[in-house]
Amino acid sequence: MDYSSTNYELACNECGKRFGNRPLSACPDCLAPLEIVYDLLSAKGVFTRDSIARGPASIWRYARLLPVPEGFQPDLPVGFTPLIHASRLGARIGASSLYVKNDAVCFPTLSFKDRVVAVALANAQKFGFDTVGCSSTGNLANAVAAQSARLGLKACILVPADLEPAKILNTLVYGARLIRIDGNYDHVNRLCIQIADEYNWGFVNVNLRPYYAEGSKTVGYEIAEQLGWRLPDNVVVPMAGGSLIRKIRKAFQELIFLGLVKKPVRPVRFFGAQASGCSPISTAVKDGAEDIIPQRPNTIARSLAIGNPADGPAAAKMILQDGGWAEDVSDVEIVSGIQELAETEGIFTETAGGVTTAVTARLFADGRIAPGETTVICITGNGLKTTDALAGSYNHIDARAIRPRLADFDAYLRSLDGAPEPELIAAGER
Amino acid sequence: MSIKVVLPTAFTRHTDGRKQFDSAAQNLPALLSEFDQTFPALSTQIRDENGKLRKFINIYINDEDIRFLGGDAYAFQDGDEITAHPLDRRRQLLEFAP
Repeated sequence: MDYSSTNYELACNECGKRFGNRPLSACPDCLAPLEIVYDLLSAKGVFTRDSIARGPASIWRYARLLPVPEGFQPDLPVGFTPLIHASRLGARIGASSLYVKNDAVCFPTLSFKDRVVAVALANAQKFGFDTVGCSSTGNLANAVAAQSARLGLKACILVPADLEPAKILNTLVYGARLIRIDGNYDHVNRLCIQIADEYNWGFVNVNLRPYYAEGSKTVGYEIAEQLGWRLPDNVVVPMAGGSLIRKIRKAFQELIFLGLVKKPVRPVRFFGAQASGCSPISTAVKDGAEDIIPQRPNTIARSLAIGNPADGPAAAKMILQDGGWAEDVSDVEIVSGIQELAETEGIFTETAGGVTTAVTARLFADGRIAPGETTVICITGNGLKTTDALAGSYNHIDARAIRPRLADFDAYLRSLDGAPEPELIAAGER
Repeated sequence: MSIKVVLPTAFTRHTDGRKQFDSAAQNLPALLSEFDQTFPALSTQIRDENGKLRKFINIYINDEDIRFLGGDAYAFQDGDEITAHPLDRRRQLLEFAP
């Protein structure tokens, strides 16, 4: 089950002990989480702008700084999603240099989880697991189901019973075994920890977590490369477990260390976005608290509904030390955020993206981010998976069907636009 | 009164391989004191230098996080199943850690 790599290995955050590479996420001695550490010095001169440019248009162009085993042959073109200049959204919220990192179109399952799963499953295969699994709020379930199908691995996926129907369907279609748990995500996650303890399965976010989490760094590499090898002033990131925001920062630090980007005069500031109905990390940031007080989630942003986030304390600390902030928004604002991003930039995001968009608007409104600063907002999932969040939002739209006649069309448009119309005037309505 | 205690495999090297056992402890501090006697090596592993339960260990009563039930003040009920998990929660990480 072990393998060795000259480029990276597991290390304990607390005691520093090294463990090679194996399916393990906590130090057997001090119980602290394990992380992947790299021989960054040996990547100098090897991991360069040129070498990256010669790579495929996917996360695998950054493989040298990902924990993927030697000889691993990348299969799926995951990631390398568009970074678009969001001038129309920017104009609406008072931001002149706003960019959207659009993982709503990440391949193959339309969320940033494709990135982490790709890296985790490369290791699951190397470790010899024939069954993989995860606890999930939906997007991860989709990604594990699809990619394990492609690799010929069996998948067993545990989700909270109240998950959005689209996310359940988008898991079942790949032939994965899906088990709905009568509880919230934190209950599901706890059960998965117990299962991973008893079954010889590779759970991407339990015993493969150190590998899995590294996949998030590719969001940071891509942002820097797509900005022309420079770092933004600010990044706004949705927070569930609190891992992504920290991995983007890690990616930026690695790029600075390797000389691929200039070290900014002021450190990049990170802004975390949560739903008010599940805001343990933003609450800790606002209180300046060292620790996270767990919450019982109650929000339509189910993909962010983790009441006891694994990386929460570290995320909160990191946000504050670089001068960032965290905000949370109500369910009503989340829906408005989804609509605002769609109406201005043509990007349909899921509820988590509504959170991020609405939080970004508030950060600019509150003056926490200055209008001219280059700011990237991370959109991590696709709106087609959470259409139920918009149910009822368009009931006011006139849904009458009209006859296929030009005169009817003319009359219909006039009625919608409120222009005087002979029939209505005659009827005394206008 | 009796409660059932279930430990993860990572802890069993300090408990002679036992994953489950019964206890008559009235609350969490009493259970930890019991560990001091019965499994001193486990006690050392799960307590920090100040003798407090390490930050990254979660304690559950049946399906509920003990922090939602009053933490140390929660009085164990007959038949409660107490589980401990080292992975749910993480300490502050190193500067350059992911």
